[in-house]
Amino acid sequence: MPQSTEAIKDHVGLFREPEYKEMLRDKRANFECPHPPETVEAISAWTKSDDYREKNFDRKALVINPAKACQPLGAVFCSSGFEGTLSFVHGSQGCVAYYRSHLSRHFKEPTSAVSSSMTEDAAVFGGLNNMIEGLANAFALYEPKMIAVSTTCMAEVIGDDLHAFIGTAKEKGSVPADFNVPFAHTPAFQGSHVNGYDNMLLGILRNFWESDERTPGAAINIIPGFDGYCVGNNRELARLLDVMDVAHTILCDPSDVFDTPSDGTFRMYDGGTTIDETKAALNAKATLSLQEFCTKKTLAYAKEKGHEVASLHYPIGVEATDELLMAISRIAGKPIPDSLLRERGRLVDALTDSMSIAHGKTFAVFGDPDFVYGMCRFLMEMGAEPRHALATNGTKPWAKQMKAMLESSPYGKDCEVWPACDLWHMRSLLNTAPVDFLIGSSYGKYLERDTGTPLIRLTFPIFDRHHHHRFPTWGYQGGLHVLVRILDTILDRLDADTNEAGVTDISFDLTR
Amino acid sequence: MSLDYTNDREFHEQVIEDVLASYPEKMRKRRSKHLNVVSEGDSDCGVKSNIKSMPGVMTVRGCAYAGSKGVVWGPVKDLVHISHGPVGCGQYSWSQRRNYYVGETGVDTFGTMQVTSDFQERDIVFGGDKKLRQLIDEIETLFPLAKGITVQSECPVGLIGDDIEAVAREKGKELGKPVVPVRCEGFRGVSQSLGHHIANDTIRDWIFDREKPSDRAEGSPGFEPGPYDVVVIGDYNIGGDCWASRKLLEEVGLRVIAQWTGDTSLAELERAPKAKLNLIHCYRSMNYISRHMEEKYGTPWFEFNFFGPSRIEQSLRAIAEHFDDTIKANVEKAIAKYRPLADEIIAKYRPRLEGKKVMLYVGGLRPRHMVGAYEDLGMEVVGAGYEFAHKDDYQRTMSHVKDGTLIFDDVTAYEMEKLIERIRPDLVGSGIKEKYPIQKMGVPFRQVHSWDYSGPYHAYDGFAVFARDMDMAINNPVWSKFKAPWAVA
Repeated sequence: MPQSTEAIKDHVGLFREPEYKEMLRDKRANFECPHPPETVEAISAWTKSDDYREKNFDRKALVINPAKACQPLGAVFCSSGFEGTLSFVHGSQGCVAYYRSHLSRHFKEPTSAVSSSMTEDAAVFGGLNNMIEGLANAFALYEPKMIAVSTTCMAEVIGDDLHAFIGTAKEKGSVPADFNVPFAHTPAFQGSHVNGYDNMLLGILRNFWESDERTPGAAINIIPGFDGYCVGNNRELARLLDVMDVAHTILCDPSDVFDTPSDGTFRMYDGGTTIDETKAALNAKATLSLQEFCTKKTLAYAKEKGHEVASLHYPIGVEATDELLMAISRIAGKPIPDSLLRERGRLVDALTDSMSIAHGKTFAVFGDPDFVYGMCRFLMEMGAEPRHALATNGTKPWAKQMKAMLESSPYGKDCEVWPACDLWHMRSLLNTAPVDFLIGSSYGKYLERDTGTPLIRLTFPIFDRHHHHRFPTWGYQGGLHVLVRILDTILDRLDADTNEAGVTDISFDLTR
Repeated sequence: MSLDYTNDREFHEQVIEDVLASYPEKMRKRRSKHLNVVSEGDSDCGVKSNIKSMPGVMTVRGCAYAGSKGVVWGPVKDLVHISHGPVGCGQYSWSQRRNYYVGETGVDTFGTMQVTSDFQERDIVFGGDKKLRQLIDEIETLFPLAKGITVQSECPVGLIGDDIEAVAREKGKELGKPVVPVRCEGFRGVSQSLGHHIANDTIRDWIFDREKPSDRAEGSPGFEPGPYDVVVIGDYNIGGDCWASRKLLEEVGLRVIAQWTGDTSLAELERAPKAKLNLIHCYRSMNYISRHMEEKYGTPWFEFNFFGPSRIEQSLRAIAEHFDDTIKANVEKAIAKYRPLADEIIAKYRPRLEGKKVMLYVGGLRPRHMVGAYEDLGMEVVGAGYEFAHKDDYQRTMSHVKDGTLIFDDVTAYEMEKLIERIRPDLVGSGIKEKYPIQKMGVPFRQVHSWDYSGPYHAYDGFAVFARDMDMAINNPVWSKFKAPWAVA
């Protein structure tokens, strides 16, 4: 009997017990009609070959293990960054269940969003009634300060017109006429979650800015973009701006709603950019985006409104943080204080202390376009060498910008950029042109297992590790955190490579 | 061993009234049909079910795609399942259901992969059939050991009128493998439930009715029917559940010729009609195909329950009734063998869990099947509800719950929060979307879709894990830390 009261075994140990191993062998041999082991072995070896890589990259239609999600997820995430805002997704309801689970699995936090629950009849007649009834219900039940409407692919295919529908719903009294119902069309068959973020943010800003006259002021708007590390990063960002004494508005700040305290009360809404701040943000001097590929439409709109605009690529590391602070300093006309200079010096100091560890190590990086850009850049600062940079939602212009950045350093010259590729492409890359380490999301764990490349989880989504999002990756402090995560993985691997007693433990050093 | 208790009817009736009172009139009317307090002797739980969710409320329900790809088809391990449509559905359901399996992923098994046609605007405009043909060819090139392919339709596929059946027929013939088109577009039906039904129908039409099953292929070990052949149906092997059940069934002398669909293979799907008895675990998701096998092949089916020793014993004996004295004797032997383990587990955990009150809100079978396991540990189930049950589920629930139990169908997040505030159960069992809000309220919680990444919970081996987990959830010291010492009134 494998189970005992003293030492209860769950799945981790239970199925390694002889009874289960035998049972599974028997099941396979007698009932599964498996391919012969030698065939499986041969095909397995072939999937790691150059020939397979060629066929794999020859794909035209098939997508396997993509590193991107669909637009409405980005819209739901964006909506959650505004005060008292309920995300309302117009379309079939299963989608909303998926967005809520996806975000909750990453943040280990509640995610609130409603659906207009369209079914077959709405597919035929359109979802106007669902909108009318849905807005009324959502307004009555969840007492939001604002309802942000986005769409699923169903509503897009049948061509529901949000602007008209919301107008009609207001006429019918679903919500008061002056109640804020910004909206964005977010078809899942265009772009990815980063575009959904952009579209929703644009929708929200339009809602407040369109009819107002701008009175230029001194404050700066900062758009963090779709960022799974928003809890740590947005707070770090606010701290830096406060230290610099710069008046600012973080446009879309979900750092509190995805980090509410446990004290006996469930807060459905918490924190977020307030409606007053959002309105007033029209008067900002400038709008600075921290993720260019996540904010193209929004930035263009801010520019149209008269803002000076600038964008960065996910400010990880020394140079990228320098650029961020200099941009803020230049726009706000405020000097960068000595305390930040000292912070910078500490990150440089840490890099000095550890330079031999990462130097020359090779990396593959995947994730959203801006993350991959920022991450590769920081790796090069360490003397590490990015070799594969892959973004499923990366475009040709992204690849061009990436190449220019990589060519700026000898450490990046051997890096290939892979726009519109997926993690099955990455599998072939790691098998045929291996690297020392892989940086990406939790989905990289299959690549780690299949190719033996250790994974460092530094981007969204992280399902299988806890609390990473609470620590910043941006700014000099964030740089330290990222550095430590990378160093720990390198050193863990070194220990694992040198721990065999009497064989490799000559180098099993205490001090490294 | 079943616990003797009743729930507080008057209190529960009052709670329902209070929760509904805060709704606007129209919502109150509609929702009042979905909440009830059961009375012993009633024929069902007295709630309306399988009805559209209200727009604009936070339902936790999924869609037909979730029922087909996420539940029924997804775990079939040696087929490649295409999420046909835009990228999202496949991405969000990718590896999220812990359907454990054995095999080399990407080579001869494909369970933890996200294979999608990643629809772009041009596919919406021009249709996706051409692309589907092409990507099936690409699957054949890259995954030659795949035993077949399923096409899991997402919303746009049905809306733009693609003929995936024609593509499937053509490609299936060409490849000599099953290519199964599944019309599980998310807008169909009112929840994931219709997806189960649609998926079952495609097993019937595209697997059972195939001319040449794979186990008649050259080099196949072949199959000789035996007197004790059973199939475990509707067990998705969450955390290895089905393996724990399989081991017990084999121990009593039965031969499990197929398990559906956790860790299942095409050959097992195909052979199932040859069984002497279908043992159905999740009735909701698989009753359709069980009824079909009964009608067409004369295979009887029996709904069994392997949660907690009381129900395990009851189920084993009832299963033995379908067989001969050998099996009956074996069952008694197994019960005698495992009784000491079960008793020890109960002796260890019951004192820590006695009298604790549980609320369950899940999907297919758990709001009823798990009740006995909690009662074995001295715990009382005060409320139970389903996301996507039908009337027959609520009928079946009556024999599991006590008088005065609160019943909630397709409960909204708002109602759930209010019910919990008033009832203050000692444990809530529900899903990922409910976990964090409820924990923030200071109420211990276990995910009972995924076993909170633990498991198995089925059979005796699973009961030990279940008991341990309930204890760790309820008795963790963290629950006493919610109020700062200086802030306690």
